[in-house]
Amino acid sequence: MNTETFEPKIVGFLCNWCSYRAADLAGTARIKYQPNVRIIRVMCSGRVDPSFVLKALALGADGVMIAGCHPGECHYLEQNYKAMRRFQMLKHTLRSFGIEEDRVRLQWASAAEGVQLAEAINDMIEKVRALGPLNWSGKYAENGEVEAAIERLAEEHAEAMEVPA
Amino acid sequence: MTEKVGVYVCHCGSNIAGQVDVEDLANWAGEELEGVVVARDYKFMCSSLGQELIEEDIKNEGLTRVVVGACSPHLHEKTFRRACSNAGLNPYLCQMASLREQVSWVTTDKDLANTKARALISGAVHRVQHQEELEATEVPVSPNTLVVGAGIAGIQASLELADAGYQVYLVEREPSIGGHMAQFDKTFPTLDCAACILTPRMSDVGQHPNINLLSYSEVEEVSGYVGNFHVRLRKKSRYIKEEDCTGCGICIEKCPKKVLDDVFEAGMGYRKAVYRPFPQAVPKFPVIDTENCIYFERGTCKACEKFCPTDAIDFEQQDTFLDLDVGNIILATGYDLFDTRKIPQYGYGRLANVFTSLEFERLCNASGPTDGKILLRDGVTQPQSVAIIHCVGSRDIRFNSHCSAICCMSALKFGHLVMEKTGAEVYSFYIDMRPNQKGYEEFYDRLLQEGMHFIRGRVAEVTDAVRQPGEEGKLIVQAEDTLIGMQRRIPVDMVILMSGLESRADARDVALKFGIACSMSGWFTERHPKLDPVATMTDGIFIAGTCQGPKDIPASVAQGAAASARVQSMITSGMVEIEPIVATIHEEKCSGCRICNNLCPFNAIDFNEEKMVSVINQALCKGCGTCVAACPAQAITGAHFSNEQIFSEIEGLLFDVVSGSGLKAAEPAKDSVPA
Repeated sequence: MNTETFEPKIVGFLCNWCSYRAADLAGTARIKYQPNVRIIRVMCSGRVDPSFVLKALALGADGVMIAGCHPGECHYLEQNYKAMRRFQMLKHTLRSFGIEEDRVRLQWASAAEGVQLAEAINDMIEKVRALGPLNWSGKYAENGEVEAAIERLAEEHAEAMEVPA
Repeated sequence: MTEKVGVYVCHCGSNIAGQVDVEDLANWAGEELEGVVVARDYKFMCSSLGQELIEEDIKNEGLTRVVVGACSPHLHEKTFRRACSNAGLNPYLCQMASLREQVSWVTTDKDLANTKARALISGAVHRVQHQEELEATEVPVSPNTLVVGAGIAGIQASLELADAGYQVYLVEREPSIGGHMAQFDKTFPTLDCAACILTPRMSDVGQHPNINLLSYSEVEEVSGYVGNFHVRLRKKSRYIKEEDCTGCGICIEKCPKKVLDDVFEAGMGYRKAVYRPFPQAVPKFPVIDTENCIYFERGTCKACEKFCPTDAIDFEQQDTFLDLDVGNIILATGYDLFDTRKIPQYGYGRLANVFTSLEFERLCNASGPTDGKILLRDGVTQPQSVAIIHCVGSRDIRFNSHCSAICCMSALKFGHLVMEKTGAEVYSFYIDMRPNQKGYEEFYDRLLQEGMHFIRGRVAEVTDAVRQPGEEGKLIVQAEDTLIGMQRRIPVDMVILMSGLESRADARDVALKFGIACSMSGWFTERHPKLDPVATMTDGIFIAGTCQGPKDIPASVAQGAAASARVQSMITSGMVEIEPIVATIHEEKCSGCRICNNLCPFNAIDFNEEKMVSVINQALCKGCGTCVAACPAQAITGAHFSNEQIFSEIEGLLFDVVSGSGLKAAEPAKDSVPA
């Protein structure tokens, strides 16, 4: 057992137009939040492939945040709604893997909401901290095939979608 | 991996270096991260010396990738891309890590800041090695501009562009241009007559050879992209042949049907079924209102047709469609007024002598229904006391939390006009007085001296229920005077509600049509609230006036001019660069399932029936990547945001767990929670 204090690692996927700008604003306004989140910029929350989330969890993240523009404010008109739909299905999948609901979070944050984004990040970190480490990465270390299996998922999915000629 | 990566860590003075051990970070990157051949730290990377550092290393060390750990890419990505480009490296092979906005400025614990900084640098180094060379495409910009909305902001924008020699299509959905300003009597704080300053501008628009005025028309469809928009307009039928009409007005005179005018006259006056909203309307052509026209109701009458000297009436006229190609679009679609009926305790609609601010404008206006006499609803009595209630529907969390910006000054103007015209006592119920532009405070002082009464407190109710002697036949305004800490009941003859400004009821539909964003309350979102207030996130689409937020006439005019200046610089440069961040479908992988086809809100994805695969029109693609994420066969790649790039960034970010070392934290982070 690791006796060190548990510091959760959260990977954040932030959309370029609203949430990433909210993170910029949180910085400019010197709003302090816990450093456990590591942010990846995507053009739109609609770009977040569920496999990004699975990959992050598989590689050792304890939680994943997806952040986008508020409904109705998407830079690409309506793609955050697609992120929202996809997120619901992803949550369903994660539940079947036994992954707690609080480990993934969909957060709306407009470019003006630095404070709200920082609060959401802190809130999520506390929830994941309470849940403890997600031990996927440990299992992955024991059995190197897990990662390969995840990477194969898309292919298998594609095969399943093929209609026989 | 064969890429040679250069890592540059910026101190940003002490902005980053004060919290992150920049020297150690650069050394660590150089030693630990695969592919890194040069790692430096420097005081200000964005300075010309800092940029030269990168350029020299690209040339001398043969760098093939560059990572800059500095501020947000929104600030300096262009700077460092240009530096790469100067040294002959494709600009899209440069990646930034936001050490300032995401680490040093937001983290209190130095050890944890160092670890997070390492994670971000590692993520960028991993990612950049998968980045690909991209070329921005250049497309020509059409010199024509579409301006939507012909209020004062749209008029100003159109005139500026037309005077500069460019063709403008000015679209207005009402029969005349002029917008709200045409309805006003005077303008604050100078008390210029609104019509006197507006109508010359209106006729300039009507006569300008470079302005194609399309009144009584609406935008149906917008497609294309910056420099090359295609717009379809519906020109609504006026039932008047514009080429024959001389604007003599005989049809209006002869029309037997009177209709309550609830648009221009705000329900205070009447117009005919064939009408011009106001005498100085531009264009001069009237419109037949088919809902009220006797001929359209019963099939007989045609009085207008009988008397028209030029046979310009055409009852069979149909709506026509116009297709335009424009390079840029300016939206100046204005505002709606808050519906004061939503606050029943103020009695509008129930108590006759409660007026809205717009009704009062018409009452005051010399060309209005009372010829400028301020009279009660009975049409004969002059009020002897008037109450003005501020912030009706604004600064009120039940309706709109924003300040409508113009009501304080309008209320002062109303107070002045009431006292000047009737000598009545005027009571103003305000929350805060906000006369905050040039000459406004002086106007407030003037009204204080003229004897307008100011009571600080939000009004609880307006009632006609008499409780004390002296209140009979009056409207009683009940409010707490917060400056003396007492409840007051003030009996008056007339109450004016300063209705707040709201975004247009159809603002969301308009935003969707033009592909721009709007806030939760429906105001169009500017590209940057301070530094780019008239551009939107969509290239080639600009906003001006109150569609962006509540503002007064001078600010609307300034924005109209600013938007036209932005458009002019687009037109004169002639070409515009389009970011190469688009999606591509790989034909051989596409199964033709068509899942992606309906995902694209820009209709950039078509299905090729012959090949049975989907195809992306890259000119229409805006690069959101939603289709990339949705493709079950992974047949779509998103340039600059490919799966490979993002997977490797995840891997890099999680450097400390992927390698199994674990994040070594001494104490649980007790960061202060934001206030």
